[in-house]
Amino acid sequence: MRKEFAKAIIDISKANDKIVFLTGDLGFMALEEVKAELGERFINAGVAEQNMATMAASLAYEGFLPFIYSISPFVTLRPYEQLRNDICLHNLPVKVIANGGGYGYGIMGGTHHNIEDIGTMRILPNMKVFVPFTKDDVHTTLQQMVLDPSPNYLRLNLASTQEGIATFSQWRKIKKAANKPKAIIIGTGTVTDNLFKLPATLLDDVEIWLLSKYPVYDIPKELIDSISEIKNVITIEEHQGQCGLHETLASLLLKQLTTPIQYNTLFASGYPSGKYGSQQWHLEENNLGGKNLEIKIKEFISK
Amino acid sequence: MYKKANAGHVGCSLSCLEMLTFIKFELMKPEDEVILSKGHAAALLYSVLAEAGTLSEKDIETFYQNDTYLSAHPPVNKIKGIPFATGSLGHGLSLAAGFGLANKLKRSDKKIYCLTSDGEINEGSTWEAALFISHHNLQNVVWFIDRNYLQGFGRTEDTLQLDPLDKKLESFGFEVTIADGHDFDSLKQSVATFKHRKPLAVICNTIKGNGLALQNTVDCHYLPLTEEEFRKLTTQ
Repeated sequence: MRKEFAKAIIDISKANDKIVFLTGDLGFMALEEVKAELGERFINAGVAEQNMATMAASLAYEGFLPFIYSISPFVTLRPYEQLRNDICLHNLPVKVIANGGGYGYGIMGGTHHNIEDIGTMRILPNMKVFVPFTKDDVHTTLQQMVLDPSPNYLRLNLASTQEGIATFSQWRKIKKAANKPKAIIIGTGTVTDNLFKLPATLLDDVEIWLLSKYPVYDIPKELIDSISEIKNVITIEEHQGQCGLHETLASLLLKQLTTPIQYNTLFASGYPSGKYGSQQWHLEENNLGGKNLEIKIKEFISK
Repeated sequence: MYKKANAGHVGCSLSCLEMLTFIKFELMKPEDEVILSKGHAAALLYSVLAEAGTLSEKDIETFYQNDTYLSAHPPVNKIKGIPFATGSLGHGLSLAAGFGLANKLKRSDKKIYCLTSDGEINEGSTWEAALFISHHNLQNVVWFIDRNYLQGFGRTEDTLQLDPLDKKLESFGFEVTIADGHDFDSLKQSVATFKHRKPLAVICNTIKGNGLALQNTVDCHYLPLTEEEFRKLTTQ
């Protein structure tokens, strides 16, 4: 999504001279054109994310629309207090752009992964979290973020190439079941794409929904009705088990459901073997992709 | 304020009383900003804002009480003259750097005065900001350092040695002047000699708790005023 992001920010910046783009010394082979387009409003803040985040707060206070950019953990966890105190407590429109949330940086290792990003970001005051799925989502997401007067977090990852996905919105049904569904799968982020690689016979038995924006305060009626009827939910997230999709969703279901259901969760456990590999390798190790995902889905729908 | 609230941090305010007074009433134009990075001296900031007419006596009476905007550290509520909540140390110079960058981009003459403690120079973020201010030659940022040689749990030089601080700041690309932080003439002189080639950092030598019996001790960072000290201070 990096290229789509760069293109979108260039398009948006042409009509918005308030955008100031700060990078924490990253963007090689990705942000060169953004730098050329923004000129003096493109700042390499150096490997100094704490200063970058706080400066963005002051820029926003002065009427600019600052973007801060780095690899996900570096732009979120390193300057966490700066995000909280200077940006979020003051409800300033700083846009936090994270490249490679989850296991996005694959073989680069644990320091470059961020399976805590959605949780840590969504609990910050006034923060909205955007988790796009397709390339087209990136542009739509950015348009929404530019109009939003609050802090935002954007998780960029390898986009899904599925055709016919509905335009970005908080909730989307992205696949109907060919048969009477045996489970409703709710995913967040691009890991959901791994479901489409499952055998067709298995896919025919599930309905898939996406949650792409946090905080979330309710579940759409159509989805609640489906869940109430099918009584079997599976969640999938490239995120650790706490504070991400499934805990968020569980609290909403407790409020909105009137019938008991099966609730099955698939999430990132970290590094079960202590070994490293590609993003897809980590997803498979965590039952979020490949054969392991297939086994889990079969297990959940046969309960 | 401190006596009524039976609050600590008296020494922290007395340390930079003349500095903030000088910045607010001698240096600042109406459009300028001051960031009190050492937010634990908030009572001083509130007093200065009251003197400037931004806060009322009635506001001041609520300091440290329930249902007040005037918490022990500057609040988020965007009180005029307090653009940002401070209190977690090491944020102020970055806030000033951001203001400096914003006003450079705007081609504005607005200046940003940042008052930090010396202890918070321990924070890495302070050095990140110093690098940025220097690299971008943000001369619209002026950094005042309350150099009282005391921090939260000991002397600065026994904790993480800062001296020679002037040389460190010069090597980071600042023009450095040194003032007696309790002497208005000295403070005035420290900015009058500014050569405008690099950003300015003013190291203000001060005494924590200046005028208290417990001055120049860590105790005056934390302990509220005794009756005797209060009487002494108010009759000075």
